Amino acid sequence: MNVQPIELIILAAVLWIVLGLVGLAAGKHVGFVRSIVFPLGAAAGLVVAASAYFSTGIETEISLLGLPDLPFHFRLDALSAFFLMILGLAVFGISSYSAGYFRNEKEHIGTICLEYHVFLAAMTFVILADDAFLFMVSWEAMALSSYFLVTTDHRIAEIRRAGFIYLLMAHLGAISLLLFFGSMGGNYSFDAMRGTHLSGMQATFAFLLALFGFGAKAGMLPLHVWLPEAHPAAPSPVSAMMSGVMLKTAVYGLIRVLFDLLHLQLWWWGVLILAIGLLTALFGAVFSAVQSDMKRLLAYSSVENIGIVFVGLGLSAIFRAYAMNSLAALALVATLYHCLNHAFFKSLLFLCTGSVLHATGERNLGKLGGLIHNMPWVAWTALIGSLAIAGLPPLNGFVSEWLLLQAFLFTPGLPHSYLNMMIPVAAAALVLTGAAAGYVMVKFYGIVFLGQPREEKLREAKSAGGWERAGLLWLSSGCILLGLFPFFVIDHLAGVTDFLLGSRLPSADWLFLAPISSERASYSPILFMIVTLFATVLVFLLVRRFYHGRVRRAMPWNCGYPVWNARMQDTSEGFGQPIRQIFDPFFRIGRELPSPFDTAPKYSAKSEDRIWLWLYLPFAGIAERLADFFGKIQQGRILVYLMYNFVTLIILLLIVQ
Amino acid sequence: MAGQFINLLASILLLLAFAMLSQRRIKLLVSLFMIQGLTLFTNTIVIASTTGQAHLYYSALLTLSLKVVILPWILFRMIRQLNVEWDVETLINIPSTMLAGIAIVIVSFNLALPISHLAGTITRGTIGIAMACVLLSLLMMITRSKAISQVIGFLSMENGLFFAATSTTYGMPMVVELGVALDVLVGVLILGVFFFQIREKFESLDLKHLEKKEE
Repeated sequence: MNVQPIELIILAAVLWIVLGLVGLAAGKHVGFVRSIVFPLGAAAGLVVAASAYFSTGIETEISLLGLPDLPFHFRLDALSAFFLMILGLAVFGISSYSAGYFRNEKEHIGTICLEYHVFLAAMTFVILADDAFLFMVSWEAMALSSYFLVTTDHRIAEIRRAGFIYLLMAHLGAISLLLFFGSMGGNYSFDAMRGTHLSGMQATFAFLLALFGFGAKAGMLPLHVWLPEAHPAAPSPVSAMMSGVMLKTAVYGLIRVLFDLLHLQLWWWGVLILAIGLLTALFGAVFSAVQSDMKRLLAYSSVENIGIVFVGLGLSAIFRAYAMNSLAALALVATLYHCLNHAFFKSLLFLCTGSVLHATGERNLGKLGGLIHNMPWVAWTALIGSLAIAGLPPLNGFVSEWLLLQAFLFTPGLPHSYLNMMIPVAAAALVLTGAAAGYVMVKFYGIVFLGQPREEKLREAKSAGGWERAGLLWLSSGCILLGLFPFFVIDHLAGVTDFLLGSRLPSADWLFLAPISSERASYSPILFMIVTLFATVLVFLLVRRFYHGRVRRAMPWNCGYPVWNARMQDTSEGFGQPIRQIFDPFFRIGRELPSPFDTAPKYSAKSEDRIWLWLYLPFAGIAERLADFFGKIQQGRILVYLMYNFVTLIILLLIVQ
Repeated sequence: MAGQFINLLASILLLLAFAMLSQRRIKLLVSLFMIQGLTLFTNTIVIASTTGQAHLYYSALLTLSLKVVILPWILFRMIRQLNVEWDVETLINIPSTMLAGIAIVIVSFNLALPISHLAGTITRGTIGIAMACVLLSLLMMITRSKAISQVIGFLSMENGLFFAATSTTYGMPMVVELGVALDVLVGVLILGVFFFQIREKFESLDLKHLEKKEE
């Protein structure tokens, strides 16, 4: 019997749902759920990734489920296969990690297991959907299951609030998507949408709706507000899943709409995406630099990365609108590569924060530090993730950012003079973002893992268990391999660009990566690594040989440091201060300075988002006033409600007469 | 002759509706409801015999068994068990309620006029009364504060609807009627369970205890 990849993937998704139900039924046996159900889910993830990798061409499947006369349509093509591969690879790492992580969730393990696996299945179906109906159903299932995961600790008011904001934004986005599907000429299957011819106005309208809908899920400015609230609230594997994979489904949706469903392309759509992406990236980087909660920091960093992805997407759309398909392919490859990378390193970092949180119970950077001594596994894998996200060669983050900058270098070829002048500025801003991301990662890693423990209890922190280590190891080796062998990914992406743009990058050399031609630019991660390693070893040996043994130990000068303690290290606020100073207009800063005579001085600074103030609070105010007005009618007395009925009935009868 | 008799029964129904509106003892309210059911039964039998509509006999039997025997029995039992004899002072005093009732009757007669012109039944003169019965029952629900008298108001509203249906079109299709009858029965049973729960929780059946809004 010959099993198609698409069937395997659907089977894996169904298996996830079954596993979730089994986990719910066996909720009392924490050990069973953890060490049987979650690892099986991880294996299913691997199946999804492998089948997606080996799938070729377009496969479709029609299920018997669905509404009468409206069966669910599934379709696996190069684009969905790539995103399913991201999903599967990330799931393998995160599910393995979860098998260890949830050991303390004695009460909720059953419901967590159900919600988690339904979440996975819903994401799979979002990517596989080939009609608006299945897409929206899975999209909403994804939003709801992740909402319940975010509010796992729903007894804490702050978490309920975060969940509410998340749900609100998810629904705004969903409404917009529903309208988008409605504006696609009244067709319901994607196949029919591909054939629809919309006028320029209609297409623009549809595009803007899709951008809003997917942007709300992806965390595009100014719809990003749920990210920094929801991520700290959710358990860490869930944050990893949401940030690493769920945001990508939004990117997938946008690519699907932009390059596949809408038949025409206006150049300014690309410019719009590019501009928003750039603002998002810069905003995310700057805000993550001033955070003092490690998960909020990572959440803002996700905003930044989504910004970078949008920049690539916008650039690709611009090239495509001018029919420069090989350059569009380059930008799209960079975009997709970055999606894959982000799934790896952001999941990895979120999982690391999960381990830190479990070991210390602290999310506040000001109370962490020096954890590399107690948690070497977590610290080393986090180092790999941090270096990768900061975009340092030879890790994976560098490859995608380098490709994106290469794409920017070709913009002078665009037949539009304003764009020619503006886009280099955008490239410069992108580089600034990259630098800020590096700064943020130095802060994150340095404050959490290096130096001295800032609190006494950190000295007893325990390292992560076996399952956690397996998950971290998988993701961090992914970061290394994707960085060292970009050739495989780019070769695989040729299928996607062939499918969407009818063009592909020149076949890559296994050693040298040269996006357009080797005369212009090329990069070889393996050579780079060999040279770096060689230089490091050389310096190390030289230092040992010539300098070793000449270290003098003497009483220091004691200048100002007669008593030395961990509190004297640079704090996260201190480290972020320059950024706060430079980008002052971005923030609304609330500071509390102690008086000079205070014997127990406390300092606190809170940097808030101005977008809340400008965009969200006015709407919230209007909603509240309306609610107050309706509250007056809503007395809560049965007799009054009956009276309303009575009066309405009489009035209607009089009118009808 | 039959038309005269139907008109007499209709006026009895209207009278009963006013009686229910003014009655504060719950036991008597149930008795009134029983008489209402009985009148309805007689009315349906008369219409059935004059028009020769066989299915109306069945609905008459249904009315008799449900509204004269079963429901009053349930209600009486409930009253005994819950020990509620009197309704407390109504929200609007009884004379004003009666005045409002008269206004409603005038309105419904005017409203029914165009419908009676359209209907081709021998009972078309009584549509106004049927409508008045429905609205008066609703008025009774508004002015009472005990849950049990509201349920009686609800049931008598259903009676009014049934009367309206028989007088405009010789009754609804049998399936609909059976469905409605079953709904009413089940509804009363469920509400009965609720009453016990409410009393257990608040030690009273007064609706004002249910009116605290959850913020």
